[in-house]
Amino acid sequence: MQFDPQSLITALPEIVVLAGALLLVLAGAAQGDRLTGPMDATCILILAVAAGLVIWMPDGQAFGGSFVLDAFARFFKVLALVGAAAALLMSVDFWRQEKLRHFEYGILVLLATAGMMTLVSAADLITLYIGLELMSLSLYVVAAFDRDNLRSTEAGLKYFVLGALSSGMLLYGASLIYGFTGTVSFAGIATAVTQPSIGLVFGLVFLFAGLAFKVSAVPFHMWTPDVYEGAPTPVTALFAAAPKVAAIAVFVRVAIDAFPGIVPQWQQIVIFISIASMILGAFAAIGQSNIKRLMAYSSIGHVGYALVGLSAGTVAGVQGVLIYMAIYMAMTLGTFACILAMRRRGKAVEEIDELAGLAVTHPLMAFLLAALLFSLAGIPPLAGFFAKFYVFLAAVEAGLYTLAVIGVLASVVGAYYYLRIVKIMYMDEPKEAFEQMAPALRLVLGITGLFVILFFAYPASIVAAAEAAAKSLF
Amino acid sequence: MSPDWPILSVTIFLPLVGALFIFALRGDDEATKRNARYVALWTTLATFGVSLLLVQGFDRSTADFQFVENYPWLGGTFRYHVGLDGISLPLLILTTFLMPISILASFGVEKRVREYMIVFLVLETLMVGTFAALDLVLFYVFFEGGLIPMFLIIGVWGGARRVYATFKFFLYTLAGSVLMLLAIMAMYWQAGTTDIPTLLKHTFPAGMQNWLFLAFLASFAVKLPMWPVHTWLPDAHVEAPTAGSVILAAILLKLGGYGFVRFSLPMFPDASEYFAPMMFVLSVVAIIYTSLVALAQEDIKKLIAYSSVAHMGFVTMGMFTFTQEGVQGAVFQMVSHGLVSGALFLCVGVIYDRMHTREIAAYGGLVNRMPIYAAVFMVFTLANVGLPGTSGFVGEFLTLLAAFKVNIWVAFLATTGVILSAAYALWLYRRVMFGQLEKKELAGILDLNRREIACFAPLVILTIIFGIWPGPILDTSANSVAALIEHTRAALADAPTLVRLP
Repeated sequence: MQFDPQSLITALPEIVVLAGALLLVLAGAAQGDRLTGPMDATCILILAVAAGLVIWMPDGQAFGGSFVLDAFARFFKVLALVGAAAALLMSVDFWRQEKLRHFEYGILVLLATAGMMTLVSAADLITLYIGLELMSLSLYVVAAFDRDNLRSTEAGLKYFVLGALSSGMLLYGASLIYGFTGTVSFAGIATAVTQPSIGLVFGLVFLFAGLAFKVSAVPFHMWTPDVYEGAPTPVTALFAAAPKVAAIAVFVRVAIDAFPGIVPQWQQIVIFISIASMILGAFAAIGQSNIKRLMAYSSIGHVGYALVGLSAGTVAGVQGVLIYMAIYMAMTLGTFACILAMRRRGKAVEEIDELAGLAVTHPLMAFLLAALLFSLAGIPPLAGFFAKFYVFLAAVEAGLYTLAVIGVLASVVGAYYYLRIVKIMYMDEPKEAFEQMAPALRLVLGITGLFVILFFAYPASIVAAAEAAAKSLF
Repeated sequence: MSPDWPILSVTIFLPLVGALFIFALRGDDEATKRNARYVALWTTLATFGVSLLLVQGFDRSTADFQFVENYPWLGGTFRYHVGLDGISLPLLILTTFLMPISILASFGVEKRVREYMIVFLVLETLMVGTFAALDLVLFYVFFEGGLIPMFLIIGVWGGARRVYATFKFFLYTLAGSVLMLLAIMAMYWQAGTTDIPTLLKHTFPAGMQNWLFLAFLASFAVKLPMWPVHTWLPDAHVEAPTAGSVILAAILLKLGGYGFVRFSLPMFPDASEYFAPMMFVLSVVAIIYTSLVALAQEDIKKLIAYSSVAHMGFVTMGMFTFTQEGVQGAVFQMVSHGLVSGALFLCVGVIYDRMHTREIAAYGGLVNRMPIYAAVFMVFTLANVGLPGTSGFVGEFLTLLAAFKVNIWVAFLATTGVILSAAYALWLYRRVMFGQLEKKELAGILDLNRREIACFAPLVILTIIFGIWPGPILDTSANSVAALIEHTRAALADAPTLVRLP
């Protein structure tokens, strides 16, 4: 394989993020925690520059075809970068208040983001694994970032042990696929696989099991509630936004790019995990009292809805997934901005009941959070409705009526627990007010809230971008 | 004919502008409350004024959609397409007409006035939009979006069991609607568009029609509501604040009936024909059963809520006769019921504001202290019964006439409902109004004040005018209904054989 210097240019955004992370490690090692403030700012700047580069760079392939930059990768990379930057921005005040300010956090987020970007661009199984591990290893560490806290370290350890298991399964599946096709590149697999063989399907199942773990789809979701609840809240916000987006992206790419020859085989798997995730997400969240745990089940449900689009296996389906993830990320970040703002007398509170009477004590925050929750429930005219609309539109086109009917009914069940939060905010007796909301949180909440409320006014641009991105896969 | 400014879009979005204005209001509590009330009142009055331009510019000689606006929206074929015909115009005017009255009736609300007025104005935009939408996705967005403000209206400003009632309302309606959403998607892939005028001419395969009809039925039956999915309605009505009940009974229920006329009949004619017997049975059960249930109620609001279900039974019965009288009668009945039931809930609100109870047993002999109120209540009670000379008579008469042509038994059984409605309504009137004023608490009760008279006056006038001279509404809807009937008949004649559900 010849090394082509052009490769370095195609991978420039990743290189910028990685080089930035390495330079910041040096600066941090020399100066310690004194520089944390400017370093966090630099991290966000680096993410912004990378996002600009991603948008500006032309399409291309790199490293002998194992890395691609196409409209699909670009869409998801921008999402991952925006999600990581927003999560980082929201974390600054939290670490300061909790006296946990360390320069390593920003760097770990940068490394995780580089992993996500690689993952999204992966065009063979090796690159996929490299990206996945770079992302996951950084995330294991940040989950346990509050290292003197029992819950946080427990979350980190659980995440690591189960994550390592899933990586093992993924690798096992990848090796089986390599064994039966003789290649690791997605394009090569696609040409080699025209009909299912038992060994190949075995490999496919293991590969998808590993990916399902990363997107926290049922039945590989067990780690999610514990990790979401245990990890420090800004870390949970990060988990719920950026890595999930990247993992869904690679899930879609593997299924569509590498296995177009055996669609019915993987379709069954995706339909099953989609239905299971939607139902579990809807029912299990009802009984939760901790809002982070509730958001964990909510995210499981939302992954189920996104996978409805993938089940269709069509351009419309992939387009639906893209729109879904973009809107989901905005809703999640906004909701976590509110969760991070739940502080009384210098301490963070996490029980849903603490939101009681928010409409009286903080009317604007309650209004925006209510909009986000109605949107998560999928009620028009908010953005979340359009997200569900496009994935179900694709499912109906593909004739997956059972999946669609179960999905929409699960969304009615799911609406209950979002409404319960609205009820607590608007219909219960007010509790003591929260502390003043940090400016960064206000910014994130304001932008995401307006995005969700006003999406209906001009949705055409995102819809068109998602369509172009979806077409680049086929 | 149509003026050069987008008059229909202005009608739809003007309330939203008022809501934004109230959102921006600042100042001390009392001033904000007062300003919010007046901004809301003037906004709704202005909206009503603009909507009268629609009446004035409406061409009654055609069945085509008028005031049409059509712009790209979601990309693809989903468009912002609005317009009116003779079926949607009366309902749209009903909405814009009742809003100022509801706002005026809510001047007594003291809790979170700013938010209250905002949600009502947002709700008006969504309701008007639903009647005007000519794209299925746009229709769904408006139709379903109305759940959010109504959820808050019942849940925040409602009575003691408001949380239970509002969850029940929301989840029932949502569960019905999502199935309709899937049907809309299936129609999109089959016909390649969600444009309503185009779909009205499209013929869906007969087997598919049955499923689509059932999916739309799930949504509209809950919304209307039809027996046996009406159980959310009494709870929602009882717990909602007065203006919320008015809007719920007068307009939100009509969305279900409107949906049947707009979509089910013309788009799925074969299925409508196939399911018509079932619809008749459900209508008759609704008319008789809920009338009997109404007889047994001890809560005034609950009694009126059950009577609403019975009256909506006439609407569905009339529509599924596929006759000119039946469908026009159904449209008229919807408008009339909007006026009458809305007014009845206002009447309950009047005494509830004074005594804070809705128990029938807590009242009696009110006529001695409240003569004007007794007279007003009498007008609406009689209109509710369907006395000739009130608007309630016209709709019931036309729908019964149509039913008689199609199936004598249906007409016969439905007519007993008229008798039952006289029984429960007059009995209610006797228990609340007549007799001696014996209860001590009632001794100081005051008659209607000026604001309340201002609320009731237009309703009384219209109820009587439409009873004597139903022309304005019947003429408006005549051509559109005729086109609908003709189209449905033609489609039925074309269909070789009816395909049964597998």
